[in-house]
Amino acid sequence: MAQTRREMLIDPLVDNNPITLQVLGICSALAVTSSLKVAFVMAIAVTLVTGFSSMFISMIRSQIPGSIRIIVQMVIIASLVIIVDQILKAYAFEISKTLSVFVGLIITNCIVMGRAEAFAMKNPPVASFIDGVGNGLGYGLILMLVGVVRELFGSGSLFGVTILQTVNNGGWYVPNGLLLLPPSAFFVIGLLIWAFRSWKPEQVEEREYKIQIVEAH
Amino acid sequence: MSDENQNLGPIRRFLAAPPDSVSKTVIVAGSLCLVASMIVSAVSVSLRPIQEVNKLKDKQINILQVAGVYDPDTDVVAAFQAFEPQVLELETGAFSDQFDPATFDDQAAADDPALSTALEDDPAGIGRQADYVTVYLLRDAAGEIDKVILPIHGYGLWSTLYGFIAIEENGNDIYGLQFYSHAETPGLGAEVDNPRWKALWNGKKLTDESGELQITVSKSIPPAGAEYHVDALAGATLTSAGVDNLVRFWMSEEGYAPFLENLKAGEI
Repeated sequence: MAQTRREMLIDPLVDNNPITLQVLGICSALAVTSSLKVAFVMAIAVTLVTGFSSMFISMIRSQIPGSIRIIVQMVIIASLVIIVDQILKAYAFEISKTLSVFVGLIITNCIVMGRAEAFAMKNPPVASFIDGVGNGLGYGLILMLVGVVRELFGSGSLFGVTILQTVNNGGWYVPNGLLLLPPSAFFVIGLLIWAFRSWKPEQVEEREYKIQIVEAH
Repeated sequence: MSDENQNLGPIRRFLAAPPDSVSKTVIVAGSLCLVASMIVSAVSVSLRPIQEVNKLKDKQINILQVAGVYDPDTDVVAAFQAFEPQVLELETGAFSDQFDPATFDDQAAADDPALSTALEDDPAGIGRQADYVTVYLLRDAAGEIDKVILPIHGYGLWSTLYGFIAIEENGNDIYGLQFYSHAETPGLGAEVDNPRWKALWNGKKLTDESGELQITVSKSIPPAGAEYHVDALAGATLTSAGVDNLVRFWMSEEGYAPFLENLKAGEI
């Protein structure tokens, strides 16, 4: 790995973003982005879990038997997720009620597992920690972007502060109810992927098939 | 080389062993689980007191909300002082002085065979019903009962819904209904938390003039009339049926009916 630490942190934000390039972690991105506050807490939780799980896995990577490595990774990730969940329940009770099962589901978030398997098993702890944090931040960045669109146009507010006064509250803005439902995140993420790949054409995947012009015999 | 190996302590020798041997696999798995479970238990145990406080505060906020006196800016603990907890004996509908309301644990009582009854006819799907429950009285400035807040629970689609119902001093008009804990489908059954749906309960009546229990959650207005009807949730047939069953169960003779009779008669 010829990457510098700075690159490891910055790279997953745009150039190697876990959601838009690798298309991982979509499930929770649909579920928790209807309000920015929740998306923000989820982003922090995933960043911490990815960073620390990568670090701990990297610390014992030479001792992990290959046959049970996935289980070992899961145990470490699951323990960290439970700790995050318990801390949220103690210090951010309201938000933990909104996040409900989705904190627990960080365990199954492909990004955490993906970084553990792809990076932490082959790299030293500090580099793995930075890589995990970088990927968590890349995930968080997309979460926030989707959250801005969904909260602003779905309920006319940002971080719970009213920006567009909705009709229900005597204003002029008719909110788009679809944006509050999970499927709308598909549209927003799809548009984001399109925007990212127009900006950086090298992210476009090669076609799996191509129409070829063949000379007639 | 062989000399060196003998000089290593047992831990070093273990670390140097190839990771794929059977003994190492078992030891790594075992010790990892041990360490992970110790850390998780330590965190869980040390944070539990704070979580309990949060839960209690959440319950108090719900009682304030269902009684319509909640204001996000007020101090919950101070506002809750206005409510008078009482331990109610369901069968007689009278307050029991057997227990101290401050220390009575509803959860423990519902599980205690001596203080609860197994239900044979169990529309609310709760299995056992406690003989004693804590209810909350809200009094007006003159000291007269203004509202009574009664805990209710029952099975919906996926989960047991726990909540409160607020009844006016006449013992028949519903002021509000609110669930504080459930795990119904988000967007469908979880709409029991929707303020617009909860507002439908305000002003509904439990029984008609003859004392027959008429309140229902259903899709169409029952023959008894709209004042006994709360519209079911769209797309949440089973959750709505669960709420219907649990409200009717708790308002029946098995539930709070004896207490509400006493309330109507002015004996409370």
